[in-house]
Amino acid sequence: MTFPQAAKHTVIGSLLLLFASMTVILPMAQAAMIGTGQLMDQTRAQQDRNHVKTLLQRAELVAQLEEAGVDPAQLQARVDSLSDEEVAQLAEHLDQLPAGSGILGTAVFVFLVLLATDILGYTEVFPFVKKTIN
Amino acid sequence: MLFLSLLTACASGPQTQQLLTAPSKLPPRVELRQTPFFAQQDYQCGPAALATVLKASGIDIDAEALVDDIYLPARKGSLQLEILASTRRHGRLPYRLAPTLLALLDEVAAGNPVLVLQNLGLDWIPQWHYAVVVGYDLDAQKIILRSGTQARHISELDTFELTWARGNYWGIVALSPDRLPATATIDGYLRSVVSLEKIARHPDQWRTLKRAYATALTRWPQNLIARMGLGNSAYRLGELDAAAQAFRTALEDHPEAAAAHNNLAQVLLEQGKLDEAQTHAQQAVALGGKHAADFRATLADIQRAQNAPR
Repeated sequence: MTFPQAAKHTVIGSLLLLFASMTVILPMAQAAMIGTGQLMDQTRAQQDRNHVKTLLQRAELVAQLEEAGVDPAQLQARVDSLSDEEVAQLAEHLDQLPAGSGILGTAVFVFLVLLATDILGYTEVFPFVKKTIN
Repeated sequence: MLFLSLLTACASGPQTQQLLTAPSKLPPRVELRQTPFFAQQDYQCGPAALATVLKASGIDIDAEALVDDIYLPARKGSLQLEILASTRRHGRLPYRLAPTLLALLDEVAAGNPVLVLQNLGLDWIPQWHYAVVVGYDLDAQKIILRSGTQARHISELDTFELTWARGNYWGIVALSPDRLPATATIDGYLRSVVSLEKIARHPDQWRTLKRAYATALTRWPQNLIARMGLGNSAYRLGELDAAAQAFRTALEDHPEAAAAHNNLAQVLLEQGKLDEAQTHAQQAVALGGKHAADFRATLADIQRAQNAPR
């Protein structure tokens, strides 16, 4: 454990970047066909620029997901099924985006507040609360 | 006391009130009883809710199989973007609904269960939760969900509206490419299809895309982008005749569509019909536009082929 954490991340990051650049193909690199997506928003040049930009973010996202406990065998498939725009969003905001979980354990104060708001029909956390509104 | 009365003042959903007072074509009561149910394990309401809509759309899958796809252990939950990605990976098109209760109930009335994100708590104590709306009763002002460990969770419509509003009215249907969402707009539907096209690399995905574009054309037969999508997906599947046919139809409806000329030229080049290919490539170049560089490249390819010894 003498290997500094930051350096370790850099090494893993560059390896992943290498990996990603080998496996991620340009989706529309074939012939001079105009892809349907290019008709809707971006030209090929814009798309290619974005793609190169997100290659790095793809590698970052792989590292972030791995750190978040995703099975390494699933990492590539999960990141590959995201579009460039989605990768950019996730890589930048993975920690802030809502993660639907159902009901987590809650502290006593929070419990009381949510109990009150549940009874009023303003929230719906606890299944045992019978609504009194209407 | 003041705190409580403030809350009660807020505890009524404006959309619910509107829905109950304004006349609409919604049937008063709907329940999609045949919708499967997967009880949530631990914090895995995401996999459970996604499995519910995928299975309802005809895919043989259960919640456990989706844990590897969308569960994020460190967040003890699942992210919306990963749910969209997983839906596409299973050959279904995720369609984001308009942020209204009316759109939501319209889809349910049309037989499509809706996967929703709710914040069951408050903005400052968020309790993010995925559930699936499978029914409603307007007279009783109730909504019916597959939710958590409850196969038939009945909620007040206006309470639901509040929890859904806190989830930014996020709701999707996941349909087979042969079916359009009841509330689909051409723009929204094409965006959904194109987001699959952007990551497509397997023939299965191109087959899904081809069907989806064909489905869009049943409702919007003159739509240029859908017609181009049909041609492009046929091309990716190696069906050159079908691709050429689609681009020709696009040009009948939209003679000025430079990209259709270009793509038709490329197909004709691959079919060895060089003269006709050149005519269309030249038309594309003459029309120009933001893809002009690609059009010139196509024309150059064709001219190279013409000059090559036969």
